Amino acid sequence: MRRLLLEHDQVPGIETYEVYRKQGGYRSVEKALKKMSPEDVLEEVKKSGLRGRGGAGFPTGMKWSFLAKPEGVPRHLLCNADESEPGTFKDRYLMEKIPHLLIEGMITSSYALGANVSYIYIRGEYMWVLDILEKAVAEAYDNGWLGKNILGSGFDLDLYVCPGGGAYICGEETALIESLEGKRGNPRMKPPFPAVAGLWGRPTVVNNVESIAAVVPIVNDGGDEYAKIGVGRSTGTKLISACGNLERPGVYEIEMGITVEEFIYGDDYCRGIAKGKKLKACVPGGSSVPILPHYLVTKTATGEDRLMTYESLAEGGFESGSMLGSGGFIVFDEDQCIVRNTWNFARFYAHESCGQCSPCREGTGWMEKVLNRLEHGQGNMRDIDLLADINKKIEGNTICPLGDAAAWPVAAAIRHFRDEFEWHVNHREEAQKRNYGLISEKTASA
Amino acid sequence: MVKVTIDDQVIEVEPGTTILNAARQIGGDIVPPAMCYYSKLPGTGGKCRTCLVEVVQGSEKDPRPMPKLMVSCSTTVQDGMVVRNKTSERVQKNRAGVVEFLLINHPLDCPICDQAGECHLQDLGFENGGAGTRYEEERRTFAPRDIGNKIKLHMNRCILCYRCVHVAKQLTDQRVHGVLNRGEHAEISTYIENAIENDFSGNMIDVCPVGALTDKTFRFKSRVWFLKPLNASCSCNKCSGKAVVWMFGDEIYRVTARKDAYGEVEEQDGKAGWICNDCRFDKKDVHNWQIEGPRVINRHSVISQGHYLSPRQHDQKKIK
Repeated sequence: MRRLLLEHDQVPGIETYEVYRKQGGYRSVEKALKKMSPEDVLEEVKKSGLRGRGGAGFPTGMKWSFLAKPEGVPRHLLCNADESEPGTFKDRYLMEKIPHLLIEGMITSSYALGANVSYIYIRGEYMWVLDILEKAVAEAYDNGWLGKNILGSGFDLDLYVCPGGGAYICGEETALIESLEGKRGNPRMKPPFPAVAGLWGRPTVVNNVESIAAVVPIVNDGGDEYAKIGVGRSTGTKLISACGNLERPGVYEIEMGITVEEFIYGDDYCRGIAKGKKLKACVPGGSSVPILPHYLVTKTATGEDRLMTYESLAEGGFESGSMLGSGGFIVFDEDQCIVRNTWNFARFYAHESCGQCSPCREGTGWMEKVLNRLEHGQGNMRDIDLLADINKKIEGNTICPLGDAAAWPVAAAIRHFRDEFEWHVNHREEAQKRNYGLISEKTASA
Repeated sequence: MVKVTIDDQVIEVEPGTTILNAARQIGGDIVPPAMCYYSKLPGTGGKCRTCLVEVVQGSEKDPRPMPKLMVSCSTTVQDGMVVRNKTSERVQKNRAGVVEFLLINHPLDCPICDQAGECHLQDLGFENGGAGTRYEEERRTFAPRDIGNKIKLHMNRCILCYRCVHVAKQLTDQRVHGVLNRGEHAEISTYIENAIENDFSGNMIDVCPVGALTDKTFRFKSRVWFLKPLNASCSCNKCSGKAVVWMFGDEIYRVTARKDAYGEVEEQDGKAGWICNDCRFDKKDVHNWQIEGPRVINRHSVISQGHYLSPRQHDQKKIK
């Protein structure tokens, strides 16, 4: 079990510069700035096979190589710390515990991209993390890791930490850019992609916190070494934030390719379902990915072991698979109500839709209302089909992926747990009572 | 020039043209409907999703189809692109879905709406919508807001096309209104109760595809199809002075800009023919105007009813 990012997270005082430096911090900056050219760093990242850790899993090296480099136009690196996906809290842990790791990654990555002004966009709810980061940035400035002529290499970098207002949509890269420019956080139409015209119309790369942090071990040990960990195209380690009805929830750094079974039941990881109950369902990658029923969590539809990799979790497409997403691993035990959970997710997306394009604005609100009725014992059978149909009309027809993110969990819940939706229609009174807490857990299951 | 095929009709257009504009060059019923795109206002488009089309061949070089439906107002054509609009069942289905979304929270108060008859949402719903609704919930409503004594804002009817925001941004010195809140509750408003008053704010009424922004000086006066539209001009130092006056008997009921088949203002002297608020709201006397002749409204909507001549008759007359 190798840990690359959270290797020193338990060292006391690791959030301070002195301790971090003593544990070998900022070695990657020294190595990159003194011995490597920006192209070398890019080459190492490409070799590592690192894929975006924010959810989509797009190869980071490829994203970097798409960056337009017109003469005389400044370029920017933005760190997306607007981690707002329900169930995901890995970036928060990393920034809280080892803020200097992110800053080190930002310096090395900015060097590779030729960016002289970089930003960390952090969500408005993480105000205390903002303080931690700002303190760390100040320490980095004091010790000459940021500012003019870093390490005498001639490379300048200014790093700013900007808080958002607390909107989920600002985690979408173009909405993030709009928000950073001081506008309403509406996603932009693509193309042009940020790599061509991003922040202030300049070429911009937007990366997740974990992706940027992963550049540090990649530069330190080399891309080939990093690529040795993992299975196939899923290389390296991944932070998984496990939550829900688990014996030991928390943030884990896993090597790509361990089995889902080991992750849920293994002693090193979550140690099984809380209170000895049974697994009912699992959302493996944050609230926007399809939910998996218990029989598809540890095994794929073809009977193979499911692994914690991008490919294996997506095995079977949306019929019988899901996605690794951002690594927000939510587990439900036998007592949880899928309809209530689906309604909860739908409520979140209805609240967070920016309201720019019609399918998302109207569709998310509609789904929320229908699910609300179903959950509260006011639904009809036709509502279930209606939900499935609304889904299809939203999916793929919106400007940004929020529409898809809202549609997928509802579609998957109906696909795998239709019987529960039907139970809510057929047992209106019971559903209503259960909602108001009139029926205890015991009588409900009996 | 690049070659593009839309619904089996081939046309050569300038590189950089959008699919929608290429379709408009062909004309006819293969033109996708557009509720938010407005060619005279750069930056509009992409929001309403009614102009979705299917691209079955990306280009000559890369013939792969595009997996998602594309918004034709913002997708530029490639050489050898093949687009399906009317001939694609997938497009028709999804467009019907979008129309349903636009209508679920719309009050459907056409009988008392001043826009009725020239409303793009009416046309869209008539052509692509279903007869009934599957929406059982209460419709969304907004608190009424006063934005001045010339323009009436009726937020419940709004489809959030953002056109009026672009008018304020691009035609006037200072924008005082915008979109507040988000998701279902997003609304057009001034943040602090404020009148939208400047020389060109009235154009917001012309660009509004629905009855969300209407002329207060024309409010509840008449149905638009009872009025006779006439091309008229006046000497105005603020705008081109070329407008359409809508008359009933000897009275001018309202003044609008000259709009084309897509509801967009026509070009006057090489510029978009926006008219100023003086011409629109204050010059309601026939003596203010020089009447040029009858206005042919080339739209398939009800508004084309009150004509002296139908477009066809008009063309026939020209040929003679």
